[in-house]
Amino acid sequence: MEAGLLTGLVVFVLASFVGFEVINKVPPTLHTPLMSGANAISGIAVVGALLITGTKDWNLVTILGFIAVILATVNVVGGFLVTDRMLQMFKKKEAS
Amino acid sequence: MNTYLNTGIELAYLIAAALFILGLKKLGSPATARKGNFLAAVGMLIAIVATLLNQSVLNYEWILVGMIAGSLIGAIAAKKVAMTDMPQMVGIFNGVGGAASALVAVGEFWRVLTTTGTVPLDATFIAILGVLIGGVTLTGSLLAFAKLQGLVTGSPVTFPFQQPFNFLLLASFLTGSVYLLIKPDPAVFLTLTAISLLFGALFVLPIGGGDMPVVVSLLNSFSGLAAGAVGFILYNNMLIVAGALVGASGLILTQIMCKAMNRPLTNVLFGAFGGDSVAVGGSGGTEIDKTYRSIDSEEGAMMLGYARSVVIVPGYGMAVAQAQHGVRELASQLEKMGVDVKYAIHPVAGRMPGHMNVLLAEANVSYDRLYDMDDINTEFDRVDVALVIGANDVVNPAARNDNASPIYGMPILDVDKANRAIVIKRSMRTGFAGVDNELFYKDKTTMLFGSAQDIVSQLVSEVKQL
Repeated sequence: MEAGLLTGLVVFVLASFVGFEVINKVPPTLHTPLMSGANAISGIAVVGALLITGTKDWNLVTILGFIAVILATVNVVGGFLVTDRMLQMFKKKEAS
Repeated sequence: MNTYLNTGIELAYLIAAALFILGLKKLGSPATARKGNFLAAVGMLIAIVATLLNQSVLNYEWILVGMIAGSLIGAIAAKKVAMTDMPQMVGIFNGVGGAASALVAVGEFWRVLTTTGTVPLDATFIAILGVLIGGVTLTGSLLAFAKLQGLVTGSPVTFPFQQPFNFLLLASFLTGSVYLLIKPDPAVFLTLTAISLLFGALFVLPIGGGDMPVVVSLLNSFSGLAAGAVGFILYNNMLIVAGALVGASGLILTQIMCKAMNRPLTNVLFGAFGGDSVAVGGSGGTEIDKTYRSIDSEEGAMMLGYARSVVIVPGYGMAVAQAQHGVRELASQLEKMGVDVKYAIHPVAGRMPGHMNVLLAEANVSYDRLYDMDDINTEFDRVDVALVIGANDVVNPAARNDNASPIYGMPILDVDKANRAIVIKRSMRTGFAGVDNELFYKDKTTMLFGSAQDIVSQLVSEVKQL
């Protein structure tokens, strides 16, 4: 158990550094789409929701999981779609 | 067979995590951003499909129902939302994401407790963390949404004994946590959950509506951390990676916004702006001659039409008035007459970082016409006319030269260095910071009073007649 926790911490810290490095160079133009795109990624909690909803028989856990699946899917689908809608508009137009 | 499958699932998670990083990286350049978003979405799809292959996941019917319901709600919301309402949208998505994470934390704690009768120390600790972060994200985001949407008053809300009450709450949360670590008791766990939800609301309540974008950005970071906590709970590295990425990005954006307003994060969160600090600025400022010159749109059109170069400074006022399409029309009209038109974008123009860029992109303004503050500020002394539309504090020279002003030190657009400035504004009222703007009283500044949309469309037709 403790080994799992430690590995998790290592992964967390390294991924945070990767995040800082990757995102630091984003130009201000893209900050809003970036925020909403990152937001969609945070919907990854859907994986956890799926895992706890998994069991066949109904109990409190599966009900909680079921609600979590709905909420996380809203986050994921809505987040990615709205980001795409924004980015669609970012086209280089010919100067008139 | 089983081990092969599990290895396959783990590898799929690895691919998903890699796609998230790649996607975020590509989101960093306008040319590849759309592809980046798509890659991240593909990563998400891979992660979900891989999870469904897990042998312990059997409840397919209900999962399908839940995912379809969620997809429909999400898709409709994403399609319907107006671009001006983007901060609210991100806010509410943060909230549901945080809620999902908190629910998973509660559910997993419950499952372990009911199946084994006890919960290991580290699992309890992480569950508390997950519930805390997720709960705060949920109620904090909902309140931020309500404030941005105008459902709840935008001004900071305080009540008597707020500090002692918060402190008491924090103390009881810590006590409860320690108790839970020693003895996993469902009742205590539920109490902690309730306190977490209360924390989120209390955290956002005393922050003014104008600072909500910073809060949304910070909560975005939290929603990532909440997902990361779920990763710890389930020993899933991919969740941890995704959570850490989002946590880092939210933190960076929060910092950018705070820097652009020249206020430390602690001041945004804990110092109710517009209170005592403004009183100091009002009395300490240098006395200026408060006469201003106002013109009509015909005169304004002449100044613009015969200029060589015009810089447009859009503010949130323009976005609220939905004047961005008119502004674009005005700009292309001027360009036809040989005027060099640029847009100057302050980092906190709009309601979240980069919001103004999105709004202008929606109105078909090419992104290479938009100039960041640092790039355009060196050019202002060579600009004939600066056209300020619905912006106030971000062009206030007091931020540069009046150290008694509450906005002193905030980086601003040096509109006062341009040869002429035209300010489109509803009235002489002060901006969000509640400070007077000496730019408006300068000799070279002229005011054009009215709603941004009306004035801009008048300008367009007047310019056409030149």
